[in-house]
Amino acid sequence: MKDHDKVLLAHGGGGELSYRLIKDLLLPAFDNPVLKELDDAARLSSKNKRLAFSTDSYVVKPLFFPGGDIGKLAVCGTINDLAMVGAEPLYMSASLIIEEGFSLNTLKKVINSMERVARQTGIEIVTGDTKVVERGSLDRLFINTAGIGSIDADLDISGNNARVGDRIVISGTIGDHGIAVLSQREGFQFESKLMSDCAPLNNLVSRMVKESNNIHVLRDPTRGGVAAVLNEIAFQSEMEMLIEEKAIPVKDEVRAACEMLGLDPLHVPNEGRLIAFVAEKDAHSVLEAMRDDPLGKDAAIIGEVIGRNRPRVLLETLIGARRILFLPRGELLPRIC
Amino acid sequence: MRFLDEFRDSRLAQALADKIQTLNSKKLNFMEVCGTHTVTIIKSGIKELLKDKINLISGPGCPVCVTSTQDVDKAISIAKMDGVILATFGDMLKVPGRLSSLEKERAKGSDIRVIYSSLDAVDIARKNPHKKVILLAIGFETTAPTIAFSVSLALRMQLSNFFILCLHKLIPPAMKALLDMGEVNLHGFICPGHVSTIIGSNPYRFITQDYRIPCVITGFEPTDVLQAILMLLSQEKDGESQVMIQYKRGVSEEGNPVALDLMDEVFERCDANWRGIGIIPGSGLGLTHKYKKFDVDDFFDILEGEDYEHPDCICGQILRGIKEPSDCKLFGRSCHPDHPIGPCMVSLEGSCAAYYYYGRKER
Repeated sequence: MKDHDKVLLAHGGGGELSYRLIKDLLLPAFDNPVLKELDDAARLSSKNKRLAFSTDSYVVKPLFFPGGDIGKLAVCGTINDLAMVGAEPLYMSASLIIEEGFSLNTLKKVINSMERVARQTGIEIVTGDTKVVERGSLDRLFINTAGIGSIDADLDISGNNARVGDRIVISGTIGDHGIAVLSQREGFQFESKLMSDCAPLNNLVSRMVKESNNIHVLRDPTRGGVAAVLNEIAFQSEMEMLIEEKAIPVKDEVRAACEMLGLDPLHVPNEGRLIAFVAEKDAHSVLEAMRDDPLGKDAAIIGEVIGRNRPRVLLETLIGARRILFLPRGELLPRIC
Repeated sequence: MRFLDEFRDSRLAQALADKIQTLNSKKLNFMEVCGTHTVTIIKSGIKELLKDKINLISGPGCPVCVTSTQDVDKAISIAKMDGVILATFGDMLKVPGRLSSLEKERAKGSDIRVIYSSLDAVDIARKNPHKKVILLAIGFETTAPTIAFSVSLALRMQLSNFFILCLHKLIPPAMKALLDMGEVNLHGFICPGHVSTIIGSNPYRFITQDYRIPCVITGFEPTDVLQAILMLLSQEKDGESQVMIQYKRGVSEEGNPVALDLMDEVFERCDANWRGIGIIPGSGLGLTHKYKKFDVDDFFDILEGEDYEHPDCICGQILRGIKEPSDCKLFGRSCHPDHPIGPCMVSLEGSCAAYYYYGRKER
């Protein structure tokens, strides 16, 4: 933080500067034990009930992209944040901030797609707000949401819970969302049949927790991609992990686009994927259960937790050498979610 | 994926690495003079894997990094002029000049546009007839033909508001300068792939003939680089020194005649100032008489500043291959990609950035 006097795009990029912003500004200011957990949703208790609570904002550009739009993204994102602490999504809020002159017809499309995901997943959008700002002070439409879910009494899923020996499982191919959105951007436009992976993960998670009560960590690799999420967990749990590069599923289209644009698929955001840390003895049965779900059909074990007290992520490269996988720096892909 | 998987095959890579380990007896110094090679070598772990037998040294292979502070300051002073649009490739934005950077000037209001193709700059000039559009022309032989094409297009379109700040540099003269300085004892050059796609293999012959140092032109995947190292080792073992082409899928002996003809028409050789090395005779490109009117220096009166280096920055020595990023006391402390002090930390292909992202041992 001390190197900067202005907010840079990189402060929202999910990488090193985002981490510093949270750690140096937000955490000290709002200091409380629930926030300190730094999970995707806060876990609360209220008279023997365990709740999960989460908020997020959606600023994706363009509003419509192959495989989704800002509305679907907002509802899926909220559900996924709740699902990542094992919660069943119950209620959510939606606040729309709209630029003057925005097409009502387009707004209707966005609302319909929010409704569709909500209906499919059973989450209810129970409160909301609408603000319109003068033309030019906002780019078309932003959405803010908050979600509440309930957590089973015996579940304890948190980024702080990784243990030595845990297998690290990814639910599918990485980078689809980021590259699908990027392919639609002005100046980048390239032809691609790639669809965003944007999807609600709550059913996949219920399948997984039914299969095993040894799922220690769940996290969806959104901003900053898989590299950022693995680093977050390494630091939260104070564990050292080893990832095998060749085990990570990446679609050919994503790899080709990343090669062209100089990106690393490990840094590209996803909106319908999860990473799970599962005890070794249950890893294969959880993997099988995931593969039975359409959203987990390409699931793969990509690595394991190899030691404690040395928080870092090692990557075994294709040629068998090892290097440290760091947090991405800067903002590679602004407004991707 | 075809044409990619074959060159990243882990079994093949490991077999090559094993062969290198068994073939090599004494420790040898090989230099790569291409930033993309530096990234491959660090990112895939080749440097670490072979470190007991082969010392892989990064040379002046990143066009952003070898641009002098004086030239960065010149670009900044052009960008600050009224009625001007400066078009640049993105990696020049953060390069620190003496007091500022293009990124900071953009934030203060200068019209600086990031382009992905030099043709975009011609297009900006066409769409903004009342502004002067200056293309910051930086790059080695790989980029020069595309800039040459843009300049020739501007002539055909009779654009009178398009100019270039021509800072192009040539690789073989820099390799000669390094050898003549005699600071590093080299046993082989890993020659750049993209540059050689344009110039072919002949321009490196003086290195094998006059200096008796083997050269292998190679591609950018891990197995490409490993095979090139093996080819250099075999030459060293047999006491040979030849220019060999490993990157046969992209490079021929004579290079790309269309690109070379275009470069010859638009550019002529001149002296150039390399960061860390100084003036190297015949290592730069200027515009020929026919295209001189597109030269920003001929149109604007730009005050030349003095060259400057941060006292603790060792980018110059890193570019000459005599120091590594980890030898720098600023590296990873006050100098990192969010706050670069020297140019090698700016470009993704700069040695310091490559080591920072992929080569550090600890956080």
